[in-house]
Amino acid sequence: MSEKNITNPMKRHMGLKTSRAIGNTAIYALLICISIIWLVPFVCIVLQSFRVELKGPVGYVLPKQWGLDNYKALFQTDFPRWYANTFIAALVTAVLQTIIVLCMSYTLSRFRFKMRKPLMRFMLILGMFPGMLTMIILYRVLKDLGMTQANAVPGLILVYIASSGMGYYVSKGFFDTIPKSLDEAARVDGATRFQVLKKIILPLSKPIVIYTILTAFMGPWGDYVFAQYISFGTSAGMNVAVGMYRWLNKDQIAASYTMFCAGGVLVAIPVTVLFMCLQKYYVEGVTGGAVKG
Amino acid sequence: MKTYSDLEYLKLSKGKKFLYKISRFFCSIPQKILGLFVALWNLIKKGCSKVKEEAVDIFSTFVNGDWKTKVSFLVMGFGNIARGQILRGLLFLLFEVVFIGYMVLAGGYWLSMLPSLGKVGPSEEYDFVLDAYYTVYNDNSFKILLYGVLTIFFIIAFIYTWRVNVRQNKLAEQILAKGKKLKSGKDDLRSLVDDQFHKTLMALPLTGILIFTVLPIVFMILVAFTNYDGAHDGYYSNLFGWVGLDNFNTMLNWNVNSGGSVQSYAATFGEVLSWTLMWAFFATFTNYFLGMFVAMAINKKGINLKKLWRTVLVLTIAIPQFISLLYVSKMFAKNGIINGFLMSMGWITEALPFWEDPTWARITVIITNVWIGIPYLMLITTGILMNIPQDLYESARIDGANPWQQYTKITLPYMLFVTGPYLLTSFTGNMNNFNVIYLLTGGAPTNPAASSAAGTVGYTDLLITWLFKITQGAESQYYLASVVGILVFVVVALISLVVYNVLPSIKNEEDFQ
Repeated sequence: MSEKNITNPMKRHMGLKTSRAIGNTAIYALLICISIIWLVPFVCIVLQSFRVELKGPVGYVLPKQWGLDNYKALFQTDFPRWYANTFIAALVTAVLQTIIVLCMSYTLSRFRFKMRKPLMRFMLILGMFPGMLTMIILYRVLKDLGMTQANAVPGLILVYIASSGMGYYVSKGFFDTIPKSLDEAARVDGATRFQVLKKIILPLSKPIVIYTILTAFMGPWGDYVFAQYISFGTSAGMNVAVGMYRWLNKDQIAASYTMFCAGGVLVAIPVTVLFMCLQKYYVEGVTGGAVKG
Repeated sequence: MKTYSDLEYLKLSKGKKFLYKISRFFCSIPQKILGLFVALWNLIKKGCSKVKEEAVDIFSTFVNGDWKTKVSFLVMGFGNIARGQILRGLLFLLFEVVFIGYMVLAGGYWLSMLPSLGKVGPSEEYDFVLDAYYTVYNDNSFKILLYGVLTIFFIIAFIYTWRVNVRQNKLAEQILAKGKKLKSGKDDLRSLVDDQFHKTLMALPLTGILIFTVLPIVFMILVAFTNYDGAHDGYYSNLFGWVGLDNFNTMLNWNVNSGGSVQSYAATFGEVLSWTLMWAFFATFTNYFLGMFVAMAINKKGINLKKLWRTVLVLTIAIPQFISLLYVSKMFAKNGIINGFLMSMGWITEALPFWEDPTWARITVIITNVWIGIPYLMLITTGILMNIPQDLYESARIDGANPWQQYTKITLPYMLFVTGPYLLTSFTGNMNNFNVIYLLTGGAPTNPAASSAAGTVGYTDLLITWLFKITQGAESQYYLASVVGILVFVVVALISLVVYNVLPSIKNEEDFQ
């Protein structure tokens, strides 16, 4: 191969150019296909949320009659309540979970104490138990405390944040990349550990703080299992996922399918807008965290 | 099996080297298991000698200590207060008072009931005034088990604190003997934001983990040895009690025919487990390779609008999964958009059974999971791909390597090495991927043979969705669910253990700092 190329450098150059052009065209075609496949379901949801003529699932996409009926119908159901539940849970969880995760990951990254390694190993093993199992007991305990069914939101927040210390991996990976010499220099100058955290580490950690807030905020929007256990069939305590899931049951789907699409659009909008604004930090967190495993 | 020296090994052909490595691995398994037992034995021995050491230390502290130390053995914190460390002493004393108060008022009762889990169940009583029967609730097995475990936790904490109290007396005596000053309460408070700052930071997270994860997990492990279910909820219906290993027998015995249904639990468990493993394997690796492929396509030189392609994919992460999954599940339904589209184009005459046929359903689930997973994998692999030194490719090209060779010789080994731990966590994560399966199919189509007394089991049910179904409804066989949960743990732990031992990149975390 190499001999032939050397004897005719011109031809080799041309061949490379054309083959690269063909290759790039193929990749463009592929990327366009991928983009279409990934976006089609979302375009369909939006289109179907405006359909007026039939409320059940149909085999075509474009509505024959457009209107806002489905959005209006949403407000005659418990949807606003579910929406408020989810929003409050997400907001509080975002704040508290971020504090807990950052405390945990900062400690495990910066301090060397006797129980550190055993603690990390212990949490790794704990994580291998299916988390759902704990819900059986937590439901009964929270019920005794009056934090289930109609009052599900505080119980739900408690469940979301209580064990969030175990999700320290990504932010610990981030703190590991901040040079330790910074801490040591400040310690030599007489700063306490708390001052090091407040004055040196936190200002440098903006990306990971935003990443943690973002993921903590998005978690409750998509949660089904925990919310299902804690609301336990009481409509007033449901979140959007549990409430809207029932609209697609066999006996309800014919009357509320388009309403589900409209609700889906309303749920997706705030999360998507927030996500698009903070996308940069999310990408940084994911790419940085995964390499560490 | 013949072992080669290094020189002999290098002389072997490629295929033989590979076979040699594999056979070496399997030969080393018995040795590794033996090693595990030896390590366990050493751990026990170490633990025993440690306990002995502690006991000797406590004894010598008592014998050699002054009267302040001796009183501290009974009244915690006395020594601290007598030596001027008021704050520490008061905290020790407070803890002791609370502990004794709790044990006398409640803890003793819970602990004494723990072996029986309650003696008197709810009973019907006759009310003469109203001339009607009413129910009297008595013992509460659930609370007995819960608070029993909590009390044991408390006792362990007390023993530990008592030991710390004794050690502090010894240290204080030593410090005073040298003529130095003890730390004051002010110093202690200051150290909470300085030397002991890690304790301050971790207090809240660890308490949360202890109460909301460790305690429930211990509780649920214990439930596997009881008959706690919908009919024995421990208070309202009937008490529940210890049944020993019966539940494990039911679950793991192939010959027991459960309640006249078609299949034993063991056979059902085997079927669900095999699909769970199959699913985890395909879900992990299809996502991994296709995600890497998409990332490479976007990263290729000469491709414009890189940011646009990436944003399109990343956008789909933002939309809550329950919306996209539920919607996609309806798209593939018999009267859904996809069948409607294919029929209107005239490509098919009858609706395709995406969710009705077992094989179709399994494949559709895996394909939908690719749709969900590729954006994440694209992001993760993009970062790593950019880290591969470009001169490696440069020199490979000069040596005449074609793109496929570059991929298999440079990209893939590098990626596998770096993402090894990620692959493992994503495999075990997929085994417990509740959302995708439950929201897409709910486990359907039903597997009639496997459906047992534990409710309907479908062809796409994972262990985790099966577990969820067991706990739902009036039957709610919690004891069975916790057996399944324990088995899930065993499977996940085994896989992790094996992979971590075989994986080349067990990284030293300090390397990154």
